[in-house]
Amino acid sequence: MAQARAAKASTTAAGSSGDFPPFNQRHLLSIADLKQHEIVDLLDRAEAMVPVSRQERKSHPTLSGKTQINLFFEPSTRTQGSFEIAGKRLGALVMNMSVKTSSVTKGETLIDTAATLNAMRPDVIVVRHSAAGAVELLSQKVGCAVINAGDGAHEHPTQALLDALTIRRQKGRISGLTVAICGDIANSRVVRSNLLLLGALNVRTRVIAPRNLLPSGIEHLATEVFTDMREGLKGCDVVMMLRLQHERANGRMIPSVREYYRFYGLDAEKLAFAKPDAIVMHPGPMNRGVEIDPAIADGVQSVINEQVEMGVAVRMAVLDALLPARSER
Amino acid sequence: MSRPLLIENARIVDPASGTDAKGAVLVENGLISDIAIGAPIGVPEGAEVINAKGLILAPGLIDMRVFTGEPGKEYRETLQSAGDAAAAGGITSFVMMPDTAPVVDDGALVDFLIRRAKATSKVNVLPAGAITKGLAGQEMTEFGLLQEAGAVCLTDGRHSIQSSALLRTVMSYAANYGMTVVHHVSDTSLTGDGVMNEGLFATILGLKGIPREAETIPLARDLQLAALTGTKYHAAQISCAASVELMSAAKKRNSSVTAGVSINNLALNENDIGRYRTFFKLSMPLRSEDDRQAVIEGLRSGSIDTIHSDHDPQDTEVKRQPFAEASDGAIGLETLLAAALRLVHSGDVDLLTVLRAMTSRPAEILGLPSGRIARGAPADLILFDLDYPWQVSEREIRSRSRNTSFEGARLAGKVMRTIVGGQTVHMHAEES
Repeated sequence: MAQARAAKASTTAAGSSGDFPPFNQRHLLSIADLKQHEIVDLLDRAEAMVPVSRQERKSHPTLSGKTQINLFFEPSTRTQGSFEIAGKRLGALVMNMSVKTSSVTKGETLIDTAATLNAMRPDVIVVRHSAAGAVELLSQKVGCAVINAGDGAHEHPTQALLDALTIRRQKGRISGLTVAICGDIANSRVVRSNLLLLGALNVRTRVIAPRNLLPSGIEHLATEVFTDMREGLKGCDVVMMLRLQHERANGRMIPSVREYYRFYGLDAEKLAFAKPDAIVMHPGPMNRGVEIDPAIADGVQSVINEQVEMGVAVRMAVLDALLPARSER
Repeated sequence: MSRPLLIENARIVDPASGTDAKGAVLVENGLISDIAIGAPIGVPEGAEVINAKGLILAPGLIDMRVFTGEPGKEYRETLQSAGDAAAAGGITSFVMMPDTAPVVDDGALVDFLIRRAKATSKVNVLPAGAITKGLAGQEMTEFGLLQEAGAVCLTDGRHSIQSSALLRTVMSYAANYGMTVVHHVSDTSLTGDGVMNEGLFATILGLKGIPREAETIPLARDLQLAALTGTKYHAAQISCAASVELMSAAKKRNSSVTAGVSINNLALNENDIGRYRTFFKLSMPLRSEDDRQAVIEGLRSGSIDTIHSDHDPQDTEVKRQPFAEASDGAIGLETLLAAALRLVHSGDVDLLTVLRAMTSRPAEILGLPSGRIARGAPADLILFDLDYPWQVSEREIRSRSRNTSFEGARLAGKVMRTIVGGQTVHMHAEES
């Protein structure tokens, strides 16, 4: 069913940057930097990229001759892989750099790393870092485009874009929907980007979590705040689950996994409070049996695999939007 | 023997006596020898005469919280460069925090610093002795020997003693020597890995917050222990409304407890952090505007006694980092007075109250003869233009480090001349 809807929603021809007005941002650092029309523009561009990955020859070489560096200070399989495939399908030369570092191991500073990479004259650097604001700091020190692939608990803009694209394809619209996000709200960059993006598109946003996983002031960022999951899921169109880090369920933040799952894990009984056609999302990687029942994760309402597919389309669109406009000048 | 110095036609503002009137001051042999309000003083033979028309003559400022890099991190700040910056800012004495390498936890080091400062610094450097060895919060230092060597108070600098039992012992023992215990109030477990004030703004930035309770809980404890032990206690710096209330209540019962506030918490708030500007990463953290208003009210009402610069030189290496990984601290010697005068210009606090918090109150708390314009007091004086407009520029900073939280700020009020022990140690360039 989801496949049929997705096929219907996708445009007929592979898009290219030429079909869209120039994208007037140098970097993609946060959803907070984007205006509503820029968000919609990126979603439209991503929509047009979807068919590229479904062709026999998955190639749309608008980035031919360009160099993309994926600089990951934090390990990531999905996001890094997604950016790599996106870049390669657009014909860019992609280099992956995983830097094992922490604030404790003093060595080359972030600024030094930025200067070193900059000297290699890349066209775009995709950065993930464990510290909020680190990607923006790096962007100030390089001469190329920078894409934030997640900075601490701050933002993860391409995740919010791929989530929105998935919702739009599934529901045919975004505006006016009710989206519930459940889990470790306090430590999640996905939540912050999603609340900003969905808020800009007039979505009714709800966050659901035990009080100690709700950050201070969250009531100003989400439309509604719930500590009771059933209450929070009532009548919603989209259920977005978040990963619970295992180390938080050791008695310091959360007493145990079984208690967390009992009250905040998504199972059929709780999901029944949402609308019958509600979709279930998860940014991954999932902890089956911690925040989500495996039967739900693999069930008919789940669009988790489509999220991964849309991730590639969104990242192709973002790379394409940021790069041509600059080099053709 | 130096020449006598006569400063006439000045607006003399002396918080200790409550004076704010036109007059003249005569300086001889490094001391204030005569004061005349509304009447001239005859010019002694050979005297240097300064016509201070249009300027305020006030006691030189006493800054109760200054970090230097000497010894150990001279590339950040030396006693000489700190002294130059202080002189330019109208600070004639500063209390040097013991957070150096090595830590100032031994009388011999206090003695060395005093001699080193005499040789290199334009202003009086007053070393504070560490409360615990190595600032580790475990074992007491030798308070008596530190005092004999010249330590003006006891403090663990930016460290906070977590053990209530140890702090009780420290306070009882310090009371023996009449030494003031100056304590940074921070519950390290509640602070955790927080890096800015807890609240909506921290949540938006994705940064871990520091709750106000990390400050108020140890403050409440300290005030009770101070009452129990009868020691002179000074909360090094408070930053929020609830702390002001605690101080106000404690002062009604116990006259020997006092509190300070950093100029940063009076002049700035958490919104100044903007997009991860690490020069605004401070300890105490910048709080909300409501808290800022509350500490201003605390200053006005007397719940807060002193204003200090919290001068903390940090180099680019540790500041140009992601916010959570950057070091705390900002320099402030050169901007303390002008930033404090903002409160006067805005009508929030009167001039005498603002100056009192940087002159006579610190002197009283530390038992110093300076901080007042009185016959026989040391001639540590400043002449400043209350309204002189200027803009803070990184290029003109005298400190070896440039981490100012007032870069580009437009301020009114400039020191035209700084006098330490009767000697002019700084003159504003346009006047010279």
